[in-house]
Amino acid sequence: MNQGDDHGHDHGENPGGNHRMSHGGNHRENHGEDHRESRRVNHRMDRGGNVRVNQGTEHVNRMDAIRGGSRPVDHNARSIAALAANPACDRRAVLDAAGIDKDRTVAHLGYASRFGQSPFAITRTQEFKSIVKAHGGAHVLRLLREVLGLAVEEAGYHDAADVGGDSGHGVRHRHTAAVLNAAAQDPADAATLIDHPLLKLGVAGYDVYLEPDVIAFQAARRFHVVAIKSFAIIDGQADTGKVSAAAREAAVYVHAMRDLFARLGLDPERVSHDVVLICPKDFTNFPTACLLDVRLQLEALRRQLERLTRIDTILDRLPPDLSLDLCLDGDTPTRPVSELTAAVSAIPARYAPECLAACEMAYFCREEARACGSLEAIGRSVRDDLGGVDSVRTAIELIGGASPPPEEHAAIAERLRFVRRIFDEVVA
Amino acid sequence: MSLLRSFLAVRAVRDGRAQPAATVRHAHLSAEPLVFVPLRMAGESAAPLAAMVGASRSDARLLVVENPRNRDQRFAFMAELAEIIVPYIQKYAAQMETVEGRSAYERCLDAPQILVPNPGGLAFTRLIGRSTRFRATEGPHAVAPLVPLLGRWLTFLHERSEFAGSAILLAVTDLLAEHWVTGLSGAEAGNLAAQLAWIDPPGGLTGPQAALLAEDPLRSPPAGPDTDPGFDTHVLKPLLDGPPVPARLREALRGQLEPTWELMWRAVELLRAVPDAGGVAARWERDRTMLARQHAWIAEGGLPPGRWDSAVAAARRLAALEGAQQSYEAGKAFDDPLVMAEHRAEGAAFAGLVTDVDADRKIIPPGGKRAVARPLVTVRTADPVRFPPGRKLLSPARPKQGTVLVSATDGVVVLQVNSGMTKDATLPAPGETVCYTDLDPAGVRRPSLPDAAETPWTHGGPPAEYVPTDEDAQEAWS
Repeated sequence: MNQGDDHGHDHGENPGGNHRMSHGGNHRENHGEDHRESRRVNHRMDRGGNVRVNQGTEHVNRMDAIRGGSRPVDHNARSIAALAANPACDRRAVLDAAGIDKDRTVAHLGYASRFGQSPFAITRTQEFKSIVKAHGGAHVLRLLREVLGLAVEEAGYHDAADVGGDSGHGVRHRHTAAVLNAAAQDPADAATLIDHPLLKLGVAGYDVYLEPDVIAFQAARRFHVVAIKSFAIIDGQADTGKVSAAAREAAVYVHAMRDLFARLGLDPERVSHDVVLICPKDFTNFPTACLLDVRLQLEALRRQLERLTRIDTILDRLPPDLSLDLCLDGDTPTRPVSELTAAVSAIPARYAPECLAACEMAYFCREEARACGSLEAIGRSVRDDLGGVDSVRTAIELIGGASPPPEEHAAIAERLRFVRRIFDEVVA
Repeated sequence: MSLLRSFLAVRAVRDGRAQPAATVRHAHLSAEPLVFVPLRMAGESAAPLAAMVGASRSDARLLVVENPRNRDQRFAFMAELAEIIVPYIQKYAAQMETVEGRSAYERCLDAPQILVPNPGGLAFTRLIGRSTRFRATEGPHAVAPLVPLLGRWLTFLHERSEFAGSAILLAVTDLLAEHWVTGLSGAEAGNLAAQLAWIDPPGGLTGPQAALLAEDPLRSPPAGPDTDPGFDTHVLKPLLDGPPVPARLREALRGQLEPTWELMWRAVELLRAVPDAGGVAARWERDRTMLARQHAWIAEGGLPPGRWDSAVAAARRLAALEGAQQSYEAGKAFDDPLVMAEHRAEGAAFAGLVTDVDADRKIIPPGGKRAVARPLVTVRTADPVRFPPGRKLLSPARPKQGTVLVSATDGVVVLQVNSGMTKDATLPAPGETVCYTDLDPAGVRRPSLPDAAETPWTHGGPPAEYVPTDEDAQEAWS
């Protein structure tokens, strides 16, 4: 499938937008404060699940300085999954950590962001979500009974976003924690649906809040993450790419919820690795559900989050006066493009074609990677086939064989020259 | 990618132009292919929005659903599509010949060929087939008589297209990627316009320059089935939300489809210029035979395929798919030295010069009594030989002659010829350049699966026969 189109649809399913619209106006204004609050105290999980607290005011100030006057942009499960998919990319790590609006930045740099979403896809997603959640989540309960084999007749419904109008992320997260804790400790063990839980996650040494895009369900002392997606399951099968994207995102929520449980002193294993995926059935709007085992995605996420360089280590390597400020005049960026280009280029990136489907900056990074002849820009498989060689120019030199290859490239040089010989033989 | 293809990708970047990865065309190309460019409503799984379809460049038919959310209009679209596609297929399906042989069978004289832009187009074609093949032509929600037939034929074409070497339904980007290597990564090569830009850049531009322009959705709208979100926002939504203006809607969708239509025919031209590979005719004969079978099945009143394969049918199908894949890979290599070079680079083949032939050698094979002719052929090669002694090898020059590797040391390979030494057959001669591989176009023989009635309990026991239900026929569409 055409990558560009893929985005449109993926984004269509991202309901983040509509949640923001419904209760966004208020906490938006609190963003700045919230971020500072979240970064002042940095929780970082040890291997043992203990929480380490760092004071990181200095790099919080640095992040704010890098972002300049613009409002910070939130993380969501998709962006964490994307970051975890390319843990070696400092550029993405810094931009995300500083809450830079990548869409706007890349547009100002002169590259179209191909992450637009079709209004039809948005409408469709909203319609489907409201069908699923109608009548106090009646469909959700029916489906949960079916896929989890429970004999639950009814379940309490809490909207974790419902904490009074003017509350910021910190307040809402504490509320989520309280609701989840109450459900977990409930002596009657009543089934509970908790909508819009606001979870947070330690990423590269700082905390981020996740868009509340799932439902948490508790019954028989087990918690399940319930994700609603608008792609169809037809005859029991759905688009592989979309299902795996959904699994990667759901894994982020499971991970964050387990993290929260550990902090609350609850057993993290009470959050199941079986995620409930709710989708339209066949060609209808009627919801159907299936269980998605996300153990693999959880393990990958955990490993990748560990591999992420701590953001302060990356910051130490960057120019001290680095600024990605768009210098917004109202809604218009006034920062000279050449200046911004230089600033973004100062943060090393790790471009691979997979980025095109995951990162707003991809077309900028691709241009840069192509200009310096990166082999990875043609595809990871090409780079792997030519193991050890990283630029097109080196590969061409090795193929040409004018001078003896350096020691580390001796093996691949021999194979490349062999390929050239048989190719010439055939073409001649 | 193979090492040779990676090598070609590096060269493509160096030259700013795609590199041929084949010397011949491995897929049959019909004299009259039906180009089908479908568009889908964003956010929907199988709701058609529009399509451009036709069997010649100058005969583009534009079909538009004026209100994609209205099921009656969707089925009207399907009926209109059926009136183009079904007669096109039936024209070929009706003309049969009987092939004499050990057991005579029917085969169509020629077969239809439908070309879609990309793998997304294939998947959407399957969904159109799935959503129409069970529909009833009478009772509630009745559809036009041709609609379920369209569903059955599209289902058949898609199932066939999963077999490597079938050319009855093809995605053009796959076809181009098979024959050319560009500097685009796998993810980017799904863009028809960008791929063609690398293969045949317009005057004055290099491949990558042209590809950059081709990626702009305003210049080259996506080849479907998904539309450009910008088009949806700025053009389509205002048109659908306002009072109906069918003429403007048609023109807007024509604007989205026409560039792809032109690209599809340009791709056909480029592919036509490449000569047919040797194995193309035999593979096309297989498509023609399967078409005749499907035609007979429908004519006899056979049921459409169910929603799910039984365990037995799935196992059989998987085995057949794997077999087709293996013989297609091998067949390509036997037909095309450039494809064989790919296998040589991976160590699955070697080429060299015959230095010695012992044509009169006779041995008594193990367990035998009489001495039989088992000539030895010695080949000197500069390729690394990675086969163990005893490996069965074949040569494209003498595909019927079975040989086995006796020894390979320091670039000297000794082969023993075991079979295929009939009167007219020749042995390799000293001084001849030969190539040997363990690929076999005949495929690998597998043990046959038990009869459906004897399906073991591991596979759910004998499957129940599929009977379509009213529920299938009246499946809701919303």
